[in-house]
Amino acid sequence: MIEIHNLTKRYEEAAVVDNVSLTLPESGITAIVGPNGAGKSTLLSMMARLIAPTSGRVLVDGLDVQATPGAVLAKRLAILKQNNQVGMRLTVNELVAFGRFPHSGGRPTVEDKRHVDEAIAYLGLDDLRTRFLDELSGGQRQRAFVAMVLAQDTKYVLLDEPLNSLDMKHAAAMMKLLRRTADELTKSITVVIHDINFASIYADHVVAMRDGRVMLEGGAVDLMQETMLKDIYDTVVKVREVDGHRLGLHYL
Amino acid sequence: MMAFMTIGAKGNWDFVLPFRGGKLLGLVLVAYAVATATVLFQTITQNRILTPAVMGFDSLYVALQTALVFFLGTRDLATIDMRLRFVLEMVLMVALSMALFYWLFLSRRRSLHLVVLAGLVFGVFFRSLSHMMQRILDPNEFIALQDMLFASFNTIDTQLLAVSSVVVLVTAWLSRRLLAKLDVLMLGRDTAVNLGIDYQRVVMMLFAVIAVLVSVSTALVGPVTFFGLLVASLAYQAVATDRHKYTLPAATLIAIIALVGGQTVMERVFGFDTALSVIIEFTGGLAFMLLLYRNLNR
Repeated sequence: MIEIHNLTKRYEEAAVVDNVSLTLPESGITAIVGPNGAGKSTLLSMMARLIAPTSGRVLVDGLDVQATPGAVLAKRLAILKQNNQVGMRLTVNELVAFGRFPHSGGRPTVEDKRHVDEAIAYLGLDDLRTRFLDELSGGQRQRAFVAMVLAQDTKYVLLDEPLNSLDMKHAAAMMKLLRRTADELTKSITVVIHDINFASIYADHVVAMRDGRVMLEGGAVDLMQETMLKDIYDTVVKVREVDGHRLGLHYL
Repeated sequence: MMAFMTIGAKGNWDFVLPFRGGKLLGLVLVAYAVATATVLFQTITQNRILTPAVMGFDSLYVALQTALVFFLGTRDLATIDMRLRFVLEMVLMVALSMALFYWLFLSRRRSLHLVVLAGLVFGVFFRSLSHMMQRILDPNEFIALQDMLFASFNTIDTQLLAVSSVVVLVTAWLSRRLLAKLDVLMLGRDTAVNLGIDYQRVVMMLFAVIAVLVSVSTALVGPVTFFGLLVASLAYQAVATDRHKYTLPAATLIAIIALVGGQTVMERVFGFDTALSVIIEFTGGLAFMLLLYRNLNR
């Protein structure tokens, strides 16, 4: 369980995340949605100790992320930010192998190799194993990074806009894959996501943010209400039901 | 190296061997220090153009030496053992440059352009500071200081060799221990933190190592601006992988070949006519511009 207590992040005077308290479940997919500048990514970064909060605490299975040694947390919680740029020339295989660093400390064992192979197979990257990252398309690279995070084999996985730079086919495939990962490997996956329809279809749990505050914490059904969406996004979104899923139509 | 030790050696071997051996050891130490400092620095900053020298850290060391003479006077300094002074300077250097590094890189995330600019400005600042202090100095003290500063590849400060060797061995041991973590650092701060690296601690430790290595090389042969850049980029090209297990030794090896080989040619073939540092700086400067140009075009 990830517990967030009164978390605040201020830059100068402006609060980007304003006194947020949340509890994220042990398993399943949690979607964090909200307009640009709502503080979603900042919240995620603070949960994964990439940014120090101005005040408040985050506990992962009771461990305070600011106080716990990084190496300990790295076996429990993994984060993938958007726009991953790597300063070195790496093959897909090498990148995914880095995901084992918290376990291997740089000396991979047979067990580590197995995890790497599994993660690569899971994301359908077998054919691309020996290719260099700079030779891949944006979507392929994104999948390689997700494979790295899966190879890290943590109970909690935080993904910041994993659908960025993925086309329709790969975006849907990625969400199905996350769904499968959460179900089969009983992981807790938290995604910051822009497309409310993906959240509606795939998420068990939804957190909606606006101006650094939590507007809603509940199920996908609670999110997909026209009044709720208007409150969150400040724009009219019609909600229709298609094949048992509630979809928001913001194009109209 | 054999060539360096033997070619054109006329006279008593008892003199030649220790004399050239000392020089050789000095060159090797400098090569190692410059190469390692540069590669580590480029890993931390995730940039292939920045080097400690470009950022003005050897100017800092020179400024420090000058300040020491300025405030203490040569008479007091002369009473202190040279090695002790070296260690003292090194400690000061580490403290100062860590403060600077911390401010530039860690306290906030700044744009790389700003950091480079600040580095260049700092370099000029420290240099001017040294010059100013040198102007005000008593002429006698100035000569003594110049003697300290005008080390070159020809006249390596042999007195410091033993201390430098020990220091270099310690840093080598440290960077060996951090080898696996260095590779992870190349993935960038966020990914490194995600993979459980205590980023702040590791980076500060590496900065300390870099500061020590810069002190060693500057104390032995004086400031060299582009040499590190030259050997580091050659090393990256040579080993085709970015693993530090390979790039660090490769850079050191290339540096040794360049320095010892260059010095041999210079001494024996050109008969001390030109200074090795001039040629190295010239090619290094060209490489620097080439790298900048290529980066701009990307």
